[in-house]
Amino acid sequence: MEKQSDLLLDIQHLHTAYRLQGKFYDAADDINITLKRDEILSVVGESGCGKSTIAASIIGLYDHKNTKVTGDILYNELNLVGLNENLFNKIRGNKIGMIFQDPLASLNPLMRVGDQVAETLYYHTDMNEKERHARVIELFNQVGMPKPEETYAMYPFELSGGLRQRIVIAMAIACKPEVIIADEPTTALDVTIQAQILDLLEDIQKQSHSGIILITHDLGVVAETADQVAVMYAGQVVEKADVKTIFEHPLHPYTRSLLNSMPQSEDEEEDLHVIHGTVPSLKNMPREGDRFAARIPWIPASAHEKEPVMHEIDPGHWVRCTCWKTFHFEDDEASGE
Amino acid sequence: MAKEIIQVKNLKVHYPIRSGFWNRVTDYVRAVDDVSITINEGETYGLIGESGSGKSTTGKAIVGVEPITSGQIIYQGVNITTAKNRRKLNYNKDVQMIFQDSMSSLNPRKRIEDIIAEPIRNFENLTTDQERERVQELLDIVGMPSDSLYKYPHEFSGGQRQRIGVARAVATNPRLIVADEPTSALDLSVQAQVLNFMKHIQQQYDIAYLFISHDLGVVKHMSENLAIMHRGRLVEIGSRDDIYNHPMHIYTKRLLSAIPLVDVEHREENKKHRQEVEQEFQNDQSKWYDDKGRVYPLQQVSGKHWVALPKDELKQEEIKEKGRD
Repeated sequence: MEKQSDLLLDIQHLHTAYRLQGKFYDAADDINITLKRDEILSVVGESGCGKSTIAASIIGLYDHKNTKVTGDILYNELNLVGLNENLFNKIRGNKIGMIFQDPLASLNPLMRVGDQVAETLYYHTDMNEKERHARVIELFNQVGMPKPEETYAMYPFELSGGLRQRIVIAMAIACKPEVIIADEPTTALDVTIQAQILDLLEDIQKQSHSGIILITHDLGVVAETADQVAVMYAGQVVEKADVKTIFEHPLHPYTRSLLNSMPQSEDEEEDLHVIHGTVPSLKNMPREGDRFAARIPWIPASAHEKEPVMHEIDPGHWVRCTCWKTFHFEDDEASGE
Repeated sequence: MAKEIIQVKNLKVHYPIRSGFWNRVTDYVRAVDDVSITINEGETYGLIGESGSGKSTTGKAIVGVEPITSGQIIYQGVNITTAKNRRKLNYNKDVQMIFQDSMSSLNPRKRIEDIIAEPIRNFENLTTDQERERVQELLDIVGMPSDSLYKYPHEFSGGQRQRIGVARAVATNPRLIVADEPTSALDLSVQAQVLNFMKHIQQQYDIAYLFISHDLGVVKHMSENLAIMHRGRLVEIGSRDDIYNHPMHIYTKRLLSAIPLVDVEHREENKKHRQEVEQEFQNDQSKWYDDKGRVYPLQQVSGKHWVALPKDELKQEEIKEKGRD
């Protein structure tokens, strides 16, 4: 019985394009990822790589006039792409919950926080007011709010950043969703609070057996929480593997460069690794060849594929392009040759 | 051998809380409460704390943009907490600041040339040509192309803007730069770039940094000595080794255990350790904090290592410390 419903989200050939001055540009370009039950899938990359675009596409929160989404996002065999708004409203918040980065911006400042959580229940369940209140208190307990009854009647500005994020999480999990999308849930928080929120997310996942898509740019967070990792660069997934493989045997040049530029090394006197150039903007994104090639200019063009595709190196370990085979860091060039 | 460049003694910054019918001062917010630190010439001094711990206020008070309640900031033997003394010593030229948000700290209507030249114009009399040469040179130092001179801030990426901020801070040949979270708004690879430039500039010009940050990984990379702040007071100061390898205060331990580690192999153990420390922190509140929720005054443990220990705690901890080594 576990087996058949294991796959929660199956994203196939997803293209999300934004209209810029009359033309559409793909911000997410041919994304293929899957999310299983009991799994935390982490999507990492720098800003401008299209991480949040994927989140917006899954949950259908985009400007329909200026955005074009094609491909398939299968949730239990239901395609979410192009789903009509009435049906989507039944799924969004109910089956798929979302946690945003900035808790203050995602809460209504004029509404008591308890009522905001209860609102979700009002739309998606048949509970009466009393039941809803009881459920909200239960949720507040679950997300570790210190005084649930008193907090119910408070306004967002009365709460600290960590508590606000707990409210947002309570909203997201109110209807016991199967999929939770967390878009940079801890970026605005202090490290100690971040640790608490991540633990909380893990606990919730263990209890409800849901799948979580965790979008973040913090590799430390990924290493601590994720099961599967998809590394994104310039709108494409460049490497996909389980968390251990990504950190212990990274292959794609971008993954290796990112890991190398973390200030965690024991040798403090050494310079940090810098990736040449910047992430190209949406309009200037190279559409042909390896998109990362421009940032590793010392690798000859012949090492890259003309049309880079994902290769399965080991079971479950996917890498785009073949340039990883000959890739070395610039500084090693002299010694390597 | 290490000469101190600046000495902060018992710095206090309190904000009054007014309430009641006559709007009288009823209490104070103790944003910075009795902070004493010493920064040596050419070193990077890390100041770590969570949001609201008063670390930025300390930085601003040192630069002189935040009026202080009491205490002394000694620079070249003179207390520079009054504007008159600051002028006499050219303090405002010698101490500069780098801000967190590069977008709001650069005037959007000014070109890069004017932005970087502004501190030069304030303190030096240069002809237009000399000035342009100097700005050119500064742009070189932070690795920006020379055609950036005539561009506006919005034409640059976040990392480039932050480098312009660094160039502006270096423009007057300062001896101390207060860097208030200079890289927290930047991506990982860009952060590496800015940090590298900051290090190179430091070696080249022998500048001291007060590096304010909440990111313990970055501070570990940058600074030799550091201080940890919590609720406006210092919790622990010491060398990098003291703090990272022999933390003594429970708050420091808690902060260190909360950093996400890139260590997939041991993540369950790390998580368990973190939760244990958190538990200890919750349980031992009364031991480490006084009845007003403030940490105790600092006590010397070894050479540079000072910890806010409760009085009777000192001996016991000392024995523990020795046993560990």
